[in-house]
Amino acid sequence: MSHGPSADWGKDGAADYKSKLGVIMFCVYTIVYAGFIFINVFEPKLMKMDIGSLNLAIVYGFGLIVFAIVLAVIYNHFCTRAEKRAGMIDEEEIAINANENTDEKGAEK
Amino acid sequence: MNYVSSPWAVGIFIFFIMAVLAISYHFARKTKSASGYFAAGGSIHWSVNGVAFAGDYLSAASFLGICGMIAMSGYDGFLYSIGYLAGWMVALFVVAEPMKRLGKFTFTDALDSKFKSKGIRLVGAISTLLISIFYLIPQMVGAGSLVTPLLGLPHEVGVIMVGVIVIVIVATAGMASTTYVQFLKGGLLIIFSLVLVFLVLSRGLSTSPDQAGNVPYHKFITLKVTSTTEDTLQLEDKAYNVLKVFKLEDGNIFVKVSNAGIENIWKLSDDKTILEEAQSITKLANGKELYNGETKDKGKFYAVGNLSTINGVENTKTGGTMDLFTFSETIKNSTVLRWGKEVIKDADSILTVYYQKPTAGRDVMGPGLKYKVDTEKGATTNDRLNFISLMLALFLGTAALPHILIRYYTVKSAAAARKSTIVAIIAIGLFYLLTLYMGLGAMTNGVLDLTNENMAAPLLAKSFGISIFAIISAIAFATVLGTVSGLIVAASGAVAHDFMDNFMKLKLNDKAKVRAGKIAALVVGFIAIILGILFKGMNVSFLVGWAFALAASANLPAIIMILFWKKTTAKGVITSIIVGLVLALGMILLSQDTYNDVYHLVGVKAPMPISNPAIFSVPISFITLVVVSLFTQKDNVKRDVENEKLEIEEAVETKQQ
Repeated sequence: MSHGPSADWGKDGAADYKSKLGVIMFCVYTIVYAGFIFINVFEPKLMKMDIGSLNLAIVYGFGLIVFAIVLAVIYNHFCTRAEKRAGMIDEEEIAINANENTDEKGAEK
Repeated sequence: MNYVSSPWAVGIFIFFIMAVLAISYHFARKTKSASGYFAAGGSIHWSVNGVAFAGDYLSAASFLGICGMIAMSGYDGFLYSIGYLAGWMVALFVVAEPMKRLGKFTFTDALDSKFKSKGIRLVGAISTLLISIFYLIPQMVGAGSLVTPLLGLPHEVGVIMVGVIVIVIVATAGMASTTYVQFLKGGLLIIFSLVLVFLVLSRGLSTSPDQAGNVPYHKFITLKVTSTTEDTLQLEDKAYNVLKVFKLEDGNIFVKVSNAGIENIWKLSDDKTILEEAQSITKLANGKELYNGETKDKGKFYAVGNLSTINGVENTKTGGTMDLFTFSETIKNSTVLRWGKEVIKDADSILTVYYQKPTAGRDVMGPGLKYKVDTEKGATTNDRLNFISLMLALFLGTAALPHILIRYYTVKSAAAARKSTIVAIIAIGLFYLLTLYMGLGAMTNGVLDLTNENMAAPLLAKSFGISIFAIISAIAFATVLGTVSGLIVAASGAVAHDFMDNFMKLKLNDKAKVRAGKIAALVVGFIAIILGILFKGMNVSFLVGWAFALAASANLPAIIMILFWKKTTAKGVITSIIVGLVLALGMILLSQDTYNDVYHLVGVKAPMPISNPAIFSVPISFITLVVVSLFTQKDNVKRDVENEKLEIEEAVETKQQ
């Protein structure tokens, strides 16, 4: 079966791995986010429960933001590793290196 | 409130705007091709693009809207911060890389990469245009809110200013200039928000905040009621005459009282023993407005926002600098003087009354003040559905916003798209953590203008001095400029690239395409100006919630299913976008909030029970896509055969060569 842009997909050897990892991490975050909505709707009083000097609403809310940042960094780490393993070369790095080389040549001239 | 501009503030403001225009001019000279105009030639480094993402995303809704909503409704405003950031998880984990691999200039490119369908081009362009316009409204409203305290100009002038400057920016340079404007603005916004939070914590809390001695705290007084009858009441202080009593359906009783010839509105306490001073705006039949019974220039309409007790003690303040934990804990253990609002019809006049609502800090620091969720406090099933619907729209909307999607095309590779998304998430997450403290700061520092909650953050900055106020307002204004530019590029891309070039097959060359994009930018900018004036006074974050609902309903099902379901057909995509758009838009236009705040229909019940449509429109859009796709599977078979033919022909041609 043809998929039109499949040629582009083929270039990224780590695409399947990244896609699967993305879906798993998305599910993990969705469950935690849904938990937040669930408590708000069905046990709103629980949100006002003290946790140290704060309450659950603040801790859970801040937690969701910090958790998002942590997950994003972990995801990037694994994706970058998978890309290296798949032998992908960072196009951006090539471009930067190429620019640097050109600059150096320019400077030598 | 009455605002007077400061020359220093105006100077800083003009400097910022000139800097933005200079950047725009610089990149205008470099931008020649369509790829350069619509996608910055795919040349932006991922780290710059990441901060620019943050700049795009931290629009007027985040800085003005969220801070304003937290200042008025406490934690419920912070729900937007949580939801907006959560949306980036969908963008990062599911959408970023595949969208980059599939697209070229616009998100419609990505949708259509598989099908080559004119119908997808058309509905994709319409959806991009509509969502962009919905997102533009709050930005323009935010701009109007900013210029009033900064330059002393009316709302309408602010809206027109933004419109004109942005049209100049976009019509000259396109995506490269908007990217660098967004990069600078995103970075500055985060830095100065940190400064503002630091200043809030340094000042501490007081029951009579006087803005470092610059603005005297207005203590709201009470009048003792000696007796009440069915129609009137007697006051102990004979200097005040009772003129009229308003008994509202919700049980609140307001009293029009005259003192020294000036009429004002007071609220009768629940135990009917005292009248509490309220604030009111009277719109007379001739269109004139009176603020607390006097003209606006008398300055009798007071800024509000304070704690009525701190840790149970009245007339007190905390000493010195506080940390984040002590600050939140102190508010949690105090009483916040919040303000309620009622609109009353009085003969030919319309009274907007703001009345004191002391609220336990514990309630302010938890959900339920704006979005009712607790059944014991009267929340209905519809209230709870509304809450779930909002959180769903925020979660699913981000990844489907056209001006966010086009930013994936400004970087070179899919990996760069991912990395810039991560930079964005870190920057945006940090900013959203700060919004709670900026909002609570505005809530307790006596700076709030009850007529416009969008001004909370800039007015909080003003209480720390005119310089920081001018800088923050200029950044916020640049925020609006940047976001509006991005949106207009997205909208003009939809018109020139998706509609004219790909749908109408006008075969525009690069130059003509850029020119068509610029003309489209002009038209969309003009529409945005008009809508920005019409929607004056609504919370900008609330309005953005609608744009998110539209994006989540119209675009997201199509994006997700194209990426993950092989049986998706072009007809399935087209119908799901149409159904999502029509349903979401219809439900918004028939909601109670639109009836009250947009149509200004006082006391009319709207047909739609909830204000945010996502909980219905998103699943229905998904189901439509699945059902229609299953019924049109033949199209896919036909398409596959054609594609295979094409591939064979291409292969033969290559061999022959």
